[in-house]
Amino acid sequence: MSTVLTINALHAKIDDAGTDKPILKGVDLVVPPGEVHAIMGPNGSGKSTLSYVLSGRADYEVTGGTVAFGEQDLLAMEPEERAAAGLFLAFQAPIELPGVNNANFLRTAVNAVRRARGEPELDAVAFLKLARAECKRLGIPDAMLKRAVNVGFSGGEKKRNEVLQMSLLRPRFAILDETDSGLDIDALRIVAEGVNALRAPDFSALIITHHQRLLDYIVPDHVHVMSAGRIIRSGGPELARQLEAEGYANLIAEAA
Amino acid sequence: MNAIDGNNAAQFLALHDRRGSSSALSEAGAAALRHGGLPRRDVEAWKYTDLRPLTALAVSVAEAPSEAVLATANGLLQGLQLDMHGLAGVARLVFVNGHAAPSLSLLPDAALLSVQDAPAEGSLAPGAMAALNATLGQGGAALRVPGGVDAGRLLLLTLGVGEGDGAVTAHPHHRILLEPGSRLSLLEIAAGHGLYVNNPVLEVELRNGAHLTHVRLQDEAVEALHLSTVRAEVAEGGSYDSFSLALGARLARHEVHATMSGRGAEVQVNGAQLLDGQQHADLTSVIVHKAPACNSRQTVKNVLSGRSRAVFQGKIVVERIAQKTDGYQMNQALLLSNEAEIDTKPELEIYADDVKCSHGATAGALDDDQLFYLRSRGVPVVEARAILVRAFLADALGLIDDEVTRGVLERAVDASWDRRSSDE
Ligand SMILES: Nc1ncnc2c1ncn2[C@@H]1O[C@H](COP(=O)(O)OP(=O)(O)OP(=O)(O)O)[C@@H](O)[C@H]1O
Ligand SMILES: [Mg+2]
Repeated sequence: MSTVLTINALHAKIDDAGTDKPILKGVDLVVPPGEVHAIMGPNGSGKSTLSYVLSGRADYEVTGGTVAFGEQDLLAMEPEERAAAGLFLAFQAPIELPGVNNANFLRTAVNAVRRARGEPELDAVAFLKLARAECKRLGIPDAMLKRAVNVGFSGGEKKRNEVLQMSLLRPRFAILDETDSGLDIDALRIVAEGVNALRAPDFSALIITHHQRLLDYIVPDHVHVMSAGRIIRSGGPELARQLEAEGYANLIAEAA
Repeated sequence: MNAIDGNNAAQFLALHDRRGSSSALSEAGAAALRHGGLPRRDVEAWKYTDLRPLTALAVSVAEAPSEAVLATANGLLQGLQLDMHGLAGVARLVFVNGHAAPSLSLLPDAALLSVQDAPAEGSLAPGAMAALNATLGQGGAALRVPGGVDAGRLLLLTLGVGEGDGAVTAHPHHRILLEPGSRLSLLEIAAGHGLYVNNPVLEVELRNGAHLTHVRLQDEAVEALHLSTVRAEVAEGGSYDSFSLALGARLARHEVHATMSGRGAEVQVNGAQLLDGQQHADLTSVIVHKAPACNSRQTVKNVLSGRSRAVFQGKIVVERIAQKTDGYQMNQALLLSNEAEIDTKPELEIYADDVKCSHGATAGALDDDQLFYLRSRGVPVVEARAILVRAFLADALGLIDDEVTRGVLERAVDASWDRRSSDE
């Protein structure tokens, strides 16, 4: 089944202490099945906002535009429905869940998604076997399964835990929001391998990053530059290298 | 003496007078009710809990249970699914509407734990609910664990069966004495069916180095009223470690009066109240440090939905002699609806100077970011909420050391939560 993400003139705002603050100001983007796209752009340009709006966070109000996920109207779906449909967001700042055991959390998530997809649920034993295997592949110590979700995890451990969730949930469309920041060099390679392992004709990804380095490991089909709530330039992998060398100033000046 | 006109306890006093023969304790209770009636909201200790749901009832004192009532009680007992927790073979004392039900009970090994009928006698325990209990006192069980003995587990099951017109009321009065160096783990479960009032009193006396773990599961019927009192006295090196979970009843109040009278004694009065709809539950405690180097701990969590209301009143008294006291008290509320409410009244009365006492209270809604995180992983919103509620309760329930007992409470929380979610 092929799922294409089609974003059309997307506008979104947030309520900032009582006043409306528009953040996305007409985002157009198409990610066909099997492709990996990268989004780069200055701090505060709206990259995380886009990822939250796509995954259905309530704080943001969509004020215009459409998003189609395959045949489905993504914006009409609840966050959990989007996950069941195969969308996954690796958070820039993963949330801590004190009192919630990581293994239980992962199993609940996996089974919720399996249920929604009409697949049989995994029992505790089968799940633990699967989780341990994924941990091993991603270089994550088993001990992390026993702890409360993200509580007391180092920055890098939180990011690895996001990638573990992605591997277990097997999405058809993954958004990675700065999953590379805070990772050591080995972890970066492991995360990239995690994504590359999922690469397939029916898997696509949107990778938000500030660093060319990740894109050496996960070579994107397209690179987009976001500034002030819009995509102002798209190109091939060479665009990332150009940005690394020159910065955003020229591009932004051109677009203005 | 006739009921006094305008006294809101008149009905109860009339029931008392009609019974004829009466103990000194019963007369003391009746005298207290005659004097001031049942407390109204203008009484400081009852500022947040209104007893009108009690005084408005047409009440009677429960008769010894009929075969039909016992059959209903047996159904309730099966509903507790003790076998599921491996507790089916554990010693249990079952009371139905305040009367001992030997046919449903399993007596403990008399060498570990002696059980006798306890007539209502002794001094009046503090509080209006204990006075009411004494007025209509039915007596109850007197338990004694000999010195140095670990008596293991005991279940105390109080089943209420309300049938027909008006409300039957139960006023059992139990006593536990732990001789020096002995131990007991008591799991008390209150459940029932229909409209009834459960008004138990438990007197606890812990001699030197004796340890009682007292875990309560209050899962009364939705229409029922639950008004209970515990008075505990802990001698040197002893500990009263309690947890009270309130899930059921329309109106509930659990009062604990605990006194540490010997050096190095310890008291824990922990609890959780999980309420919905129009439920009202109140946990009121008075913990008195009467000796040096004693330790009191209190963690109370409230999860409030609908228009429910929870009350926590926690008073800690540190007498002049009680140097090196260590006191901790924390009350937290998770408000799941705008109409739910928590009233918290911490009170520290400290007369010693070398004392460590801290207390705190928080109230808040579920964290939107946490909820979104779970949902973004495919967890449906109802399940996501349940996970976060359980997580909120986890560190309170985690204070129950015994895994089996904790399991009983966790399962009761889950069942109660599922019931609520499916009503939504
Ligand atoms: N809850 C909020 N309240 C007020 N402003 C917000 C809120 N969330 C986001 N913003 C603002 O929206 C803008 C876009 O933020 P966003 O997090 O999407 O940027 P970003 O491109 O991901 O930046 P970075 O590269 O630093 O991660 C910023 O100016 C930010 O301050
Ligand atoms: Mg960002």
